[in-house]
Amino acid sequence: MVREITIGQYYDEESVIHRLDPRVKLVATLVYIISIFVVNTYIGYIFVALFLGVCVALSKVPVKYIVKGLRPVMIILLITILFNMLLTPGEILWKFGIFRISKEGLKAGATMALRLTLLITGSSLMTLTTTPNNLTDAMERLLRPLSKIKVPVHEIAMMMSIALRFIPILLEETDIIMKAQMARGADFESGNIIKRAKALVPLLVPLFVSAFRRANDLAMAMEARCYRGGEGRTKMKPLKYVSRDYIAYAIVWLYLAGCIAMRIFM
Amino acid sequence: MGIIKTDKVTYEYIRRDDEGNVSGITKAVDEVNIDVQPGEFISILGHNGSGKSTLAKQINAILTPSEGEVYVDGLLTSEEKNTWEVRQRAGMVFQNPDNQIIGQLVEEDVGFGPENLGIPTDQIWERVNESLKLLGMLDYSKHSPNKLSGGQKQRVSIAGVLAMHPKCIIFDEPTAMLDPHGRREVIRAARALNDVEKITIVLITHYMEETIYSDRIFVMDKGHIAMEGTPKEIFSQVEKLEELHLGVPQATKVAHELKKAGMPIPDGILTRQELREELKKCL
Repeated sequence: MVREITIGQYYDEESVIHRLDPRVKLVATLVYIISIFVVNTYIGYIFVALFLGVCVALSKVPVKYIVKGLRPVMIILLITILFNMLLTPGEILWKFGIFRISKEGLKAGATMALRLTLLITGSSLMTLTTTPNNLTDAMERLLRPLSKIKVPVHEIAMMMSIALRFIPILLEETDIIMKAQMARGADFESGNIIKRAKALVPLLVPLFVSAFRRANDLAMAMEARCYRGGEGRTKMKPLKYVSRDYIAYAIVWLYLAGCIAMRIFM
Repeated sequence: MGIIKTDKVTYEYIRRDDEGNVSGITKAVDEVNIDVQPGEFISILGHNGSGKSTLAKQINAILTPSEGEVYVDGLLTSEEKNTWEVRQRAGMVFQNPDNQIIGQLVEEDVGFGPENLGIPTDQIWERVNESLKLLGMLDYSKHSPNKLSGGQKQRVSIAGVLAMHPKCIIFDEPTAMLDPHGRREVIRAARALNDVEKITIVLITHYMEETIYSDRIFVMDKGHIAMEGTPKEIFSQVEKLEELHLGVPQATKVAHELKKAGMPIPDGILTRQELREELKKCL
């Protein structure tokens, strides 16, 4: 059941966007998120959507695949729209019992839905075109200045990449334990929420025990291979900017400038 | 001096009760002396709890002896400044293939050791490709380790150790979690490294069949070295091995029983091939 969530899972393809330096993509995504909240006119939203559309087209990720990834967040989206519509005071268009829909509410709901859709699609495009490993590498490099104020940047990045490596292994193990407990008569599916939560105990306890054992083994294996933190360590795949990355940076900053200009002058 | 030399190595596990008081001391390794020459293939046999894994961890400086000394390539392991040097020269392959692969791609895992050693990028790639090629895993370099078989995962682990250019590799029960096919893959890889690359191999196992090609075998029991010798010498003492709860290879067992029944078959038959030859002579 956990495996069905596909939002933002890496989609292997040869494209300009895939080949961009992960740092560019990370910065671009942040800029893009800011831009969504900078614009406030319809033309502005069209501009943002156009930018996103061009990026999606360049990435060669099928639109169908992206939309499929959006499905799990649809519910959150609907709830947001509903609340915005019902709870914004203003000129009332329609009334039913205690529910009233105002003109302003309708507008606020639509804007919020648009912003959220743009936000989620945009950020999932980053994870769709960047391997998790590249992403952690990029974070490590971008956050490196923080290590001067004693933030363990390398260690955090290493933890993230190890976590990513063990997710499928632990998922598989969960499956095995679940089946083993079901064979012994455990019932994970019936009863109310409290009963179901209680039923998870015999699943979580062995899972935790095994995770700690794995962590212990892994730490030993890493030490045996001379791991001693980030100092003096070289990189097998160092990140290096090439000309297309600089071009991408230029485009991204121009885009942000465009959004700000629209906000000010329109 | 040999590449690995232990001098009266003793390692104690301290058992504590619930309040943290010492309730007893177990000597997992008790005054063990071994001396391994460069290029040798050594096997250490023993049933569960005989102390063989604890001994292995001493060679890699993961554990340091409570008493006695361990030298790897002339370096004393208990001295802290030698730790990393020792670990680079004596690599270690562990039992569980999943719990020793760090990278998300095969090549990244193999590159992990050289990265830690601070090797320049282009040389890391050279080492990675060379190691993967030696272990026949070059075609899988861009694969996720999760999708490989157990034997393949262990070969990746071996490549990861090999990329650090060690002088000797310690295999700590590398086949315990594998199917027979995977076991053969790993043992074949270990033998190839010994034959072709002249890397000293220390194989720790409880499967007798895996040790028949080694130069020398040490049999451990209760922390002591109970037997020592060439495979032929060890396997001709079937009764003694069975006393130590170790099952001898099938061919050896059959030969031993036939000899007891009065047939003129020599001691120390190791493989089916040898048994077949001897039986032909009897006809």
